[in-house]
Amino acid sequence: MLDNWLFIGIFVLVAGVFPAMPIIMFHLFGPKRSTPQKLETYECGMETVGQTWVQFKVQYYIYALVFLVFDVELIFLYPWAVAFDTLPLLGVVAGVLFIFLLADGLWYAWQKGALEWS
Amino acid sequence: MTPMQLIFIFTAVASTVAAIMVVTRRNMVHAALFLVMTLFGVAVAFVLLEAPFLAVVQVVVYIGAIAILMIFAVMLTRNVTDDESGHPFNANVRLALLSAVFVFSLLVVTLGGWAQFSAIAPFANTSGAVAQLGEALAAADGYVLAFEVASMLLLGALVGAIFVVWPRQAEND
Repeated sequence: MLDNWLFIGIFVLVAGVFPAMPIIMFHLFGPKRSTPQKLETYECGMETVGQTWVQFKVQYYIYALVFLVFDVELIFLYPWAVAFDTLPLLGVVAGVLFIFLLADGLWYAWQKGALEWS
Repeated sequence: MTPMQLIFIFTAVASTVAAIMVVTRRNMVHAALFLVMTLFGVAVAFVLLEAPFLAVVQVVVYIGAIAILMIFAVMLTRNVTDDESGHPFNANVRLALLSAVFVFSLLVVTLGGWAQFSAIAPFANTSGAVAQLGEALAAADGYVLAFEVASMLLLGALVGAIFVVWPRQAEND
């Protein structure tokens, strides 16, 4: 049982080391000839405006809330999906109904224009 | 010392340090990211206790949803991140420290006196537990009603959240 988690542990370790390595290696071996232009914040070639910490539009919050609800839905669907191949037909219907009810919520959000960017 | 103990000690120390960082950082975004690290440490603890479903819930809901929501809330509210002046502790710090030490020593004394505390309980066989849970959730003589009611509850939460957050038409016009 824990052996399976060992692979996930190794994966997490690699996931951390992999992006860290280029940064560390650049610090160690990269040439450092900096000019003011080079030290500017890179923002897809645009000149940066203002502070990093700005107040974001409230509309992002709706996305976060919709995401939160579907994230909690995942917790119910995960055991259902694991047991899927042994479920009776009624169990499958119950899960589909569960998804349908929540798809209803997505439809409401869509209707309301919450997914539109204005 | 077994590898398991090493992993446990490492995670315990890392999550405790991260938890201390959460309450001492002045930058709210940094505090939220340290909270993610603490919650991840708890997830690893669940794995070590052979509670894989709880570990998944911990990562998906606590790290995936709640911590992200907190970071969103920090970014959306007033510019709290600029507010790095001032002392992180208020006047109640001594009282809080005293009660924390009191509760901690009480826990140590109580749990230390409990014979079962250091006894190693055999792990229940948890393989297939998630599938059993899934079958029980969708079974007619199981929790299928609660399963559907949970869906309705989430639907209500979704619709309610959009209704509350969505700006009123009258205010826009």
